[in-house]
Formats: sequence, structure tokens, C-alpha cells
Amino acid sequence: MSVVIDRRPNDRSGSAVNRERFMRRYKAQIRRAVTDMVAGRSIRDLERGGKVSIPVRDVSEPTFRHGPGGDYEHVLPGNRHFQPGDRLPRPEGDDGSGSGSDGGTGESTDAFAFTLSREEFMQIFFDDLELPRMVRTTIGEIREQRLQRAGYTMNGSPTNLAVNRSLRNAIGRRIALRGGPKRALEEVLSRLETAPPDAPERAHWLAEAERLKRRIASIPFLDEIDLRYRYRTLTPQPVSQAVMFCLMDVSASMDERKKDLAKRFFALLHLFLSRKYERLEIVFIRHTDDAEEVDEHRFFHDRKTGGTVVLSALALMHRIIEERYPLDSWNIYGAQASDGDAFGADPEKSRGFLENVLLPVVRHYAYIEVCEAGSRVSTLSAAYRRIPNDTFAMREVHESRDIWPVFRGLFGKQQAPEAARV
Amino acid sequence: MTTMATPISTGAEWTFDLIARYDEAIAEIAVNEFGLDCYPNQIEVISSAQMLDAYASTGLPIGYPHWSFGKAYIAHEHLYRRGARGLAYEIVINSNPCIAYLMEENPMPLQALVIAHASYGHNSFFKGNYLFRQWTQADAIIDYMVFARRYVMDCEERYGTEAVEEILDACHALMNHGVSRYPHPRPLTPEAERARLRERRDHAWKHHDEIWRTLPKRPPKEVPADPARTEEPQENLLYFIEKNSPKLEPWQRELVRIVRRVAQYFYPQGLTKVMNEGWATFWHYTILNRLYDKGLVDDGFMFEFLGAHTNVIAQPGYDEPGYSGCNPYALGFAMFSDIRRMCEQPTPEDREWFPDLAGADWRQVLDFAMRNYKDESFIAQFLSPRLIREFRLFAIADRQGEPTLEVDSIHNEAGYRRVRKLLAAHYDRDARLPDIQVVRFDRDGDRSLTLHHTQYRGRPLNDDTTRVLSHLQRLWGFTVRLETVDADGDPCTEVLVAN
Repeated sequence: MSVVIDRRPNDRSGSAVNRERFMRRYKAQIRRAVTDMVAGRSIRDLERGGKVSIPVRDVSEPTFRHGPGGDYEHVLPGNRHFQPGDRLPRPEGDDGSGSGSDGGTGESTDAFAFTLSREEFMQIFFDDLELPRMVRTTIGEIREQRLQRAGYTMNGSPTNLAVNRSLRNAIGRRIALRGGPKRALEEVLSRLETAPPDAPERAHWLAEAERLKRRIASIPFLDEIDLRYRYRTLTPQPVSQAVMFCLMDVSASMDERKKDLAKRFFALLHLFLSRKYERLEIVFIRHTDDAEEVDEHRFFHDRKTGGTVVLSALALMHRIIEERYPLDSWNIYGAQASDGDAFGADPEKSRGFLENVLLPVVRHYAYIEVCEAGSRVSTLSAAYRRIPNDTFAMREVHESRDIWPVFRGLFGKQQAPEAARV
Repeated sequence: MTTMATPISTGAEWTFDLIARYDEAIAEIAVNEFGLDCYPNQIEVISSAQMLDAYASTGLPIGYPHWSFGKAYIAHEHLYRRGARGLAYEIVINSNPCIAYLMEENPMPLQALVIAHASYGHNSFFKGNYLFRQWTQADAIIDYMVFARRYVMDCEERYGTEAVEEILDACHALMNHGVSRYPHPRPLTPEAERARLRERRDHAWKHHDEIWRTLPKRPPKEVPADPARTEEPQENLLYFIEKNSPKLEPWQRELVRIVRRVAQYFYPQGLTKVMNEGWATFWHYTILNRLYDKGLVDDGFMFEFLGAHTNVIAQPGYDEPGYSGCNPYALGFAMFSDIRRMCEQPTPEDREWFPDLAGADWRQVLDFAMRNYKDESFIAQFLSPRLIREFRLFAIADRQGEPTLEVDSIHNEAGYRRVRKLLAAHYDRDARLPDIQVVRFDRDGDRSLTLHHTQYRGRPLNDDTTRVLSHLQRLWGFTVRLETVDADGDPCTEVLVAN
């Protein structure tokens, strides 16, 4: 009578589609929630998925229902001491219609909470960001090939049939083949008309007219020689290679909080780049009064302090570019984070170096100043502000929740050159 | 029992072979001993992820794609992952064959419990209860959902996901008001129609009396006619839209129809929660105990089973942690067990309250109750004073305009009938949902649609109303008005308009 079936191997999740639809529909709300969430995270956890909440009001599905008010009787179990006619106060916060049926799940009922996987999280995070002014520069090591249209051929597969072209050929052929016989036919017909009805040639002409008509009719509408097929060739594609220089000030004036902000910014940048671009290199440079190239781990987790010479980092960046990244095959980007404290001639020299040497060779250069809200203009940013070049952008970050908006402002797809200063 | 059989299995491990053997033993008891009438069973073993999946698709194994199912899935998944909520032991589908899901994580005793509960309990309820017989077609539902899914996906491809989503959103908002509560008579066949006309003519001919022709004709009453008023008010909003909306494209109409048919399919389930769960719980309890009596399961099995069973039928008091309304499993199980008790061992009180039950064959009484009642009538008919005492039920009156709540009645001699009546009313769908009907369709004028919300005991509509109305307007395409009227039909609040 019963059939037992093992459905476990059949593990396609029908809800995955619906889940994705939900995410797409509430993208804006989810993104807002994700942004808030990231502000509160440590650098290490940045790329983990996690719980997000969006307002229940936004996702609710309305139906016709009774609202608060009106007369009700509720029947409840577990009476211990009530007698008929007892009066009791309305429970606090009860709208009068609910029977107090919200079992305390420990979660506020005005937020719709759920868990994002790491993949989804990153997807939402970096969805519409990209590096500005990326150019396909080189035919790199990895051959990327693309099919390109290259005219027509006489033979090919039916899917590639070029209908317009084939029919045009057919029309031409029909006109060409029909012209001679048609003229001859007209002549014969006119002779038939003018000739007297008992002329002896009449039978011959009639036969000739028949022959010509048959010949015209036998011209095919579409012949094999008319057919043309679209032709495609493989052409190698230039690929884009890019390198991002991350320059971070780790001098003593950068206290832990500022360093954390700067690192957060670079952590986001690192995540974004490594996720979005396959052929991308990242160079980490940190500087005190002396700059050094470090690996990712040391960049984010090593402690080092000292004085400040910004120029040292810029010079190192330039040296590395010259050594390793020829301009004709690399898109070069720079991002610098500092508290802006620089001394003596350093800010001016740095500005000059950046403006005259680095900016001409980079696609885009971003400067992030980590500072207290409302603090005076730092020496470095005072100098940098005079850089007119439109490949240069600078922003201020005061606290961790600023980072994401700043980041989006810098790398958003529709980047406005005069984005409001944060 | 003279010869004790050996247990089918010991321990928690289950195999497909064991499931089949338990199923056989359970079928033997359910069908042959107790005479349950069931659809054939299809038992499917699934993983917990698939169970979550099944949750979200509102209990159908196949459905059309829509974000709201994704939302349900996300919500369940979140609760489950956090451990805030376990998964239900079972999901069963009212189809023929009756599909029941077993979760692979469950131990053997639970699998047996689910088989007895779902594949024989729910199954026989689906097959027997009048509401299910009237409103659902177990043979056709899976095929229909396959069609619906394909149709919706086709539409999405052709007209765009957003366009389809817009219609489905609007339909979902009206789903509760998209069911028919009374069956339409089947249209007569031409022969029957002719026969009826002939009969009427014969009747008129036989009863013809010249005297009536001598009566003076009364002038017809002048009724100020409103040509736009619908012939009858229509409470099935989705049906009305499907048939009359001036603007919907044929494919949109078909989408409305799909949602309406799904709503209708689930209509009986909403009316029989207590009965359905109670019936299934009663039978798994009875059947598994019988297995034990026959020596087919051991003590360990019974401990495991009773632990789960006790959890399922727990009913915390209103002020205790974990309270979330009346537990339909608890109430239903208690009522069916109580009916059996009243048949077998009636007390003087039972004889007074249920003279027909005392001494009757409990299987027949139970079968009759299962077939012919819904929650509301079942409670009104069968809830005994003894159960009211056991559950310590009491009623609280919440009246508009009074500063405090009042204890209306409790589980005492004076209150039994009142408590029973109020509890039954609690399961009355018509009182829970606002009564909203189409009364006017200005077909020849501005094509506007007018709905009446007939207020029940002063209960107003909630804040969602304007949003639902704009959904309705989207389906209708022209102005939609919602008037709230009191029981006499006099307007009592301002008219809501969506255009």
C-alpha cells in the first residue's frame, strides 16, 4: 500500500530561487543593514556572513485584517484564581486585539532578521563597485579570445544563415535571370497582338510564348548559390591588468583607533579587489619616516611606529612601478591613508611628487584622511587640496561607520567627480 | 496476549527496510483493526534542508516562484539555525497518493510516530472530512501545481518577472478573500434542464385555475434602481476580479485564478486545525500503543515515543513560558480521547451532557465526528465540561470603551456552555476575517468598484487596509472604494478610495 522513496539525493533546493528573489527585492534595505553591520566588526571578521535585520514593515504582506478596537472574547487555558466578573487591567502594550499570543522569542517583532552567507554578503557588499578608468591595456599571458564577426561565407551551419543577405542575393539573381526571357516574351506577345488572326506564324509564336513563360516560371525563388552565412573569427582580446598600491601611515601620531580605521579601509579595499578582479596585484606599503613594502599579513597585523615622512612612501611606490609595472601593460591605482600629520617641507614635497610624478602614471589615486571630526585641517591635506588633477580624490573618515560610504563614494560605478565631502 | 511477538527493531537506527516493516505493521492496525479509510501512501525521506524547503512552499511539494516563499524560507531557516525552533516532525500533503515526509535525522521511534500520525491519521482525515471532500481534489493538486509553476514561469519569461510579481503580490494580499465558502450547484446538463422545464410546465398546467386570472393586476413597485449594483454581493474578491476585471490581460486573469485555486485548496486546512491535528495525534497514540500491546515494539521505543508525544500535546497556561495560544494538538487530542472515554466509561455528568455518546461504539462516533465537523462545530458539539475543567479554560471579555478587561466566565457549572461557545467562536473563520464584499460595479459608467466592509462587533480594519486596497486597484484597473458599514448597512466611517 505504501511506497517509500529516498528523496535525499534529489537535493535541489526549490527555495534557493525564491530566496534570491527576496534578496533582490529588498536589496536596498539589506544593503543598509549590511552597512550598519560592517561598521561594528573587527577587521578579521569583515568578510564573514552574518545576521542582518530589516524592518518588518518593509517586508510585510498586507491583508485585510481587523485592527485594534471592537469587542472580543478570548478563551485562555490555565485559570488559577479568576472568578467571573473579576476586572483586570489591560496588559501593557497590548493593542486590545491580540490575545497575548507572542511567545517571547527573545527577538523584537518589528525586525525581520535572517542570516546571510559569506557569498551573499560579499555580493551585496561589492555589487556595483568597480575601479575607475580601467583600460584593457595588454595582450597578456593568458590568451582571452573572442568571436568576432568577419563578413559572410558561402557555407556554414543553418543557425548562422544570414537571411537578409541571402534573400538580397536571391532577388538579384531572379532579376538577372528573368530580364532576357521577359523582354523576349513581351516582344512575342506584342507581335501576336498586332498580327492578323489568320497569320501562319501565329502557332509558332504561341509556342514560343509558352516556352518563355515556362522558362520564367522555372527560375527558383531561392537557390543554393544565394545562401550566405555569417562568418566569425577568433580574435585575441586584450586583458586588463591592474595593480593597487596601498600606502598606510603607521607613525606614532596614528593612534590605535586611527590605525584601525585605516586598516578597515584597506581591508575593504583588499576584499573588494581580490573578489572583483582576477588579474590584480596589490602592493602593501607602510611608512613611518621610512617606507617599506610588506606582505598582507604584516600590513594588517604587525605593529610598528615611528616618525612621519610621507614622501618616502610615494618614492617607494614610484620605484616599484618603474621596476615591476611597465605603464603600457598595467593599470595602476593608489590608495593612501594617513592622519595627515606631516612636518616641515614634507607635505609640500609630497604634493609635488604626487602631482608631477605619480598622478600622470596612475589611473586613480585616493587619499583617505583619518581624523577626529571637526579637527583643524591637517598639513598634508592642506597641501593635497591644491592638487587639481581629476584622477585624484580625497575623503575624510572620522569613525568606522563613515568608511563604507566613503568607500562607495570612491569606487561607485557612477562616480561623481565632485562628491560631497564626508 | 499469549504469544509475545519479537519487536520489529530495537534502538534508534532506521533503515528503509525497517520503515517498510513498521509501515506494514501500522497499516495492519490502522486499516484492518480500526478501519481507517486512507489514500495510498507515499513516504519520502528527506534531509533537514529539504524540510526547511518544504516549510517555505506552504506545504506543497511544488509551487510557483515568488519572493514571499523566499521570505518564509529565510525566516524558518534563521530560527532553525539559531536553535530557536526545531523542525516539525512531519509535513503531509493532501494528495492522492498522500505524500508524507520523514526527516533523516529522526530516530526510528519518531519515524514510526510520523508514519502513524501523517500517513494514517492525517491521510484518513483528508479522505474523510466533508470540507476536504468538497473543496479539494487530492488526485489533481500535484498536477495542477505543476501546471501553475510552468505557467507562472512562462509568463515571467514572456512578460517579465516584475509584471508577474506585481499581479501575484496583489493576489496574495487578497488570498484570504479569494475563497468560496459555499459550493456552487453544478450546472445542469441540457437533458436535465429540459426535464426541469417540462416538469414546471406540467406543474403549472395541473394547477391552473381560471380564477386567478380575474384578480386585478397590482402596479409593479417602484424601486429606485441602481443599475450598477451587482446582482448578489460577492465575497470571493479574487473570483469577482477574475471574471469581471475590465483591464486584466488573459494571462493575468489566469494568474489570479491560480492564486485563487491555491487559496481554495488550503481553505479546509484553516478550518480544521484542531480536528486534523487532534485526529492524527489520537491515532498515532492509539496505534503505537497497540503496537506495544502486540509486542512489536520495546520499552525503549515507547519511552522515546512518549517523550515526543508529551512535547507535542503540551498546553502551557496563559501565564506560563512557551504559551502561544491554544495548542491545536493538545485540544484536539484531548477531545478525541475524551469522546472515546465518554463512549467507554461515561460518568453521570457525561450521561447528562452527551446522552447519545454514553455506551456508543467509539469508533463510529469518532468516524462520524471526523467526517462531518469543522473546528468550530466540533468544539461546540463535543467539548465536555470535564475537559474545560482539565484545561482550566476561562474567557476574558475585551470590550471597546471599557478601561479594564472582565473575566466573562470560567470553568464552573454556570460557565461551561458559555466557555464552550466562546472557544468555538474563536475558531470561526468568518468572525476572524473582516467581512468584505463587492456590492457595486459601475460597468457602464466609470467602471469603479465598490466594496462593503460589514463591521462585526465594532471591529475596525487595520493599517494594512490602504495597501491592500491599492493592490486591489492594481488588479481592477479603475477606482476602487471601500465603505465600512454596520450590521444594518449604514455607513460608519469615511470611505477609502484607491485610484
